[in-house]
Amino acid sequence: MNRIETAFKNNKLFIPFITAGYPNLKKTEDFIYQMVSAGAGLIEIGIPFSDPVAEGPVIQESSQKALGAGTTLEGIFNLVENVRKKVSIPLVFMTYINPVFKYGYDNFFKKCASVGIDGIIIPDLPFDEKGEIAPFAKKYDIKIISLIAPTSEERIASIAKDGEGFLYIVSSMGVTGVRTEIKTDLQSILSSVKKVTSVPACVGFGIHSPEQAKKISQISDGVIVGSAIIKIIRQYGETADKHIYDYVKTMKSSI
Amino acid sequence: MNNTRFGIFGGQYIPETLMNEIKTLEKKYEYYKNNKEFCDELNILLKNYAGRPSLLYYAKKMTKDLGGAKIYLKREDLNHTGSHKINNVLGQILLAKKMGKKRVIAETGAGQHGVATATAAALLGLECEIFMGEEDTKRQALNVYRMKLLGAKVNAVKSGTRVLKDAVNEALREWTNSVNTTHYVFGSVMGPHPFPTIVRDFQSVISKEAKEQILEYEGKLPYAVVACVGGGSNAMGMFYNFINDKNVRLIGCEAAGKGLDTDKHAASIAKGEIGIFHGMKSYFCQNKDGQIAEVYSISAGLDYPGIGPEHAYLHDTGRADYVSITDEEAVSAFEYLARTEGIICAIESAHAVAYVRKFAPKISKDESIIICLSGRGDKDVAAIARYRGEKIYE
Repeated sequence: MNRIETAFKNNKLFIPFITAGYPNLKKTEDFIYQMVSAGAGLIEIGIPFSDPVAEGPVIQESSQKALGAGTTLEGIFNLVENVRKKVSIPLVFMTYINPVFKYGYDNFFKKCASVGIDGIIIPDLPFDEKGEIAPFAKKYDIKIISLIAPTSEERIASIAKDGEGFLYIVSSMGVTGVRTEIKTDLQSILSSVKKVTSVPACVGFGIHSPEQAKKISQISDGVIVGSAIIKIIRQYGETADKHIYDYVKTMKSSI
Repeated sequence: MNNTRFGIFGGQYIPETLMNEIKTLEKKYEYYKNNKEFCDELNILLKNYAGRPSLLYYAKKMTKDLGGAKIYLKREDLNHTGSHKINNVLGQILLAKKMGKKRVIAETGAGQHGVATATAAALLGLECEIFMGEEDTKRQALNVYRMKLLGAKVNAVKSGTRVLKDAVNEALREWTNSVNTTHYVFGSVMGPHPFPTIVRDFQSVISKEAKEQILEYEGKLPYAVVACVGGGSNAMGMFYNFINDKNVRLIGCEAAGKGLDTDKHAASIAKGEIGIFHGMKSYFCQNKDGQIAEVYSISAGLDYPGIGPEHAYLHDTGRADYVSITDEEAVSAFEYLARTEGIICAIESAHAVAYVRKFAPKISKDESIIICLSGRGDKDVAAIARYRGEKIYE
């Protein structure tokens, strides 16, 4: 059984995101351990990209700083290899298609499998272009996590039917970033998803408060939080460890 | 979905939030492009508002001076708003209106596409917001004010490297926010399908006219057609109706900036590698980790790290040739055309003029070459003066 399946068994997950290399790879490793001890069910590790079109200002800035600090793909693979020695929860990459393409699809997914990555989220690789990487991801058993958006409508069924790992339900229009209010009818999207698949469905984009997390966890299998965590790192830098632990702990206990 | 590509190039690599919209756009475009009422409306605008057909001008002095093939200039610089951009913009904004959109957004580099979009939006009554890298708003301050005069909101993009690619990023981000009410008027033959096809079709009027005009003047097809290439819209427009005329050479001129042996260039064919970015698979300047490179050109309009997918395909199949022109060559050509023919062209177009200066003398006097003079150079005068060490500010 893939680590992702095991993690979701009888469990609703809190899923934090972290930009690899922000402020440096050593601290990313420390922050991941804090998240795990605080109860994170799965961690999204962001491979920074020069032009992250799906991200709001907070994650954009973290990506730019991580790249500026000299973060490379090889460095990130090493990080994951180290983390995997101590951590058994699923780890998934979040990145853009070009770094993956440039590395070579076969090499990339082979490397993912060897360091202990379980899945990948690529916001600029919609369902229709999934064939680009599907044979390679399958060969090395890396789950491709597809996104479903507020505008997906009749596309929901085909995306969900083909889903693997989990489905990433985008809560809002626009880019990543903290929002005070989630206006999308998530209930209706999630029920369309549940009609066609038993693959877990998690909600992300804009979530930051325990109240939001609680509400969303009642209708989904997990809650994804990115920008709120990156903001903590932006505020506390290399001393963010305890603040990350506390935040993840609070969020986890709300769901 | 085989029709989303040119060979392996193109595709639809964009966030899920935009997928339904571009599929709808594709269907609507397929319908309207054959709709008589739509085509009539567009043709009237092109004729009475944009001033088409544009002239095909025989550059007699330049021809004589270079001593080779006859040189013709396709005068897109004489269009309303001063460049070829208006051809695409009128088509797309008319389409956006038919689709019930209330608002348009667009990226711009030099500001030509932004000005054209703001113009057409004013004419057709749509709200308009333009994204322009903060660096470019400084390089092209007059165009920023022009857009504001035309009623557009200009958003100076402060993310990333603050130039054209960042303007595209920010326009894409805004589009994922407002896609239900807003059409994104891509300014070049780039982005996800169907944009490379839509923009090429609307720009193909350039070669449709040029072909008729050259046959009338010369009684035969040209030896070559030459255009500058950033994303590549004026070049695709100039090439398109000659693609099947196998004896006509198609030549695109990329920006070599301070030289291909430096990292200060924007030559995606000469120095880039295949990648996937801004919705398309094509050639991009990038590093070994697939991070998109910072590129450079004196011309803000060519300062883009990629090239449209159909150009990538024409390059790979050998149908078109792509050459590189440095800042220095382009500036010299800019000055040369002004002195020789009394035409101040855009610094982008000057890249094509520069190549023809080197190329035309080698071609027989019985042949002709058409240069797509994609825009006029008023916007560049201050920058060229500064390049030459004159202290002129706008």
